[in-house]
Amino acid sequence: MERIPILKMGRYLLVTIQVDMHDRLALTLQDDLTERIVRDAAKAVLIDISALEMVDSFIGRTIANIAAMSSVLDAETVVVGMQPAVAITLVELGLPLKGVRTALSVEHGMAVLKARLLSDDERHGDATQ
Amino acid sequence: MSETIRAHEKAVLEEWLDAQVSGRGMRSELLSRQELHDQSRSFLDALASAMATGVDVHSPSFIPVRQMLEELSAARARQGYTPTETATFVFSMKQPLFALIRRVFKDDPAALAESAWEVTRLLDSLGLFTMEVYQKGREQVIIRQQEEMLELSTPVITLWKGILALPMIGTLDSSRTQVVMETLLQRIVETGAPLAIIDITGVPTVDTLTAQHLLKTVAAARLMGADCIISGIRPQIAQTIVHLGVDLGDVITKASLADAFAVALKRLGLGVQRTRPEQNAQASAPPKRSGQAEEA
Repeated sequence: MERIPILKMGRYLLVTIQVDMHDRLALTLQDDLTERIVRDAAKAVLIDISALEMVDSFIGRTIANIAAMSSVLDAETVVVGMQPAVAITLVELGLPLKGVRTALSVEHGMAVLKARLLSDDERHGDATQ
Repeated sequence: MSETIRAHEKAVLEEWLDAQVSGRGMRSELLSRQELHDQSRSFLDALASAMATGVDVHSPSFIPVRQMLEELSAARARQGYTPTETATFVFSMKQPLFALIRRVFKDDPAALAESAWEVTRLLDSLGLFTMEVYQKGREQVIIRQQEEMLELSTPVITLWKGILALPMIGTLDSSRTQVVMETLLQRIVETGAPLAIIDITGVPTVDTLTAQHLLKTVAAARLMGADCIISGIRPQIAQTIVHLGVDLGDVITKASLADAFAVALKRLGLGVQRTRPEQNAQASAPPKRSGQAEEA
């Protein structure tokens, strides 16, 4: 069965969507990702959708859901590299993905996550990494 | 009818020309009498040949007449003739033609009435046809101008590395906003700029629809990971926005482009520094500020 790979790098999980999303693939990703966040105790998730050229309302909502689920599991999520056409479509569909952090590129996204983890560590006073 | 006109072509043409020149249709600065004479003669000629088969304007025999009218009417629409002036070309033909049939059928009232009706019908439909083409010509002018405006109005400029500015000018409607939104998002992708300033100093009015378009653009940019600042909000527009109950949400708004630029620089960890001490207060010239930004 087709799957989107989830890569672990330290406390980060990296998801790169390289194929056209369809409904079942999106749901599989949702299952896999939540499971991996718990199993690996990941604190940060980066989803790269720069290769995604088309979205519908279902995929849009699934992306929002994945981000919301990750934050429930205490993992900071950032969606990076959204194409202009995709952004316009989501806005026109009335899905502005409130509460989802976004960044222009993987580089920017990693910077956002790093800053976030750093401030978390300072707040909790533990430097386990 | 056709032969009658042919037989008296010269007289009809003269009378018609006089009617045109004395009437409202003549613009001597745009069209000389000689040109008008040539136009009228070839038109009358075409009309006479077409009328040999009947007076139905939509029949194939009238194709040359219609083509001639199309050219004439489109040309006049471009040259700025008024509708009346354009229509007069056809309608001023009534007088000479009526005079002609009165002379020819003066002993036969039934035939006179019959041909008068035919001529009226024919000229009326030709006149209406002229107006239709005239209207089309004007509409084309309007469409072309709209397209030109659309191209003119969407520049995206780089203020600093990582800061884009989009000065919007003119009324924002759906099609323009679409172009603006696409250009801005495209430039964000190309430059990788995390900050964009939308300046609406040149937007005369903001209504709920315009505000919604703006918010959509901001939302789309945010989805891509870029933040937008809206600047150039004039006092009346601020009042309108509040009176309309538009919720700008968590969008950053600033009164001037300079303020927005300052915020953007701060976000990127940049700042503006003076490189020379300030001139004393009596100096008439306003103190110059160097625009040099340095890494904080």
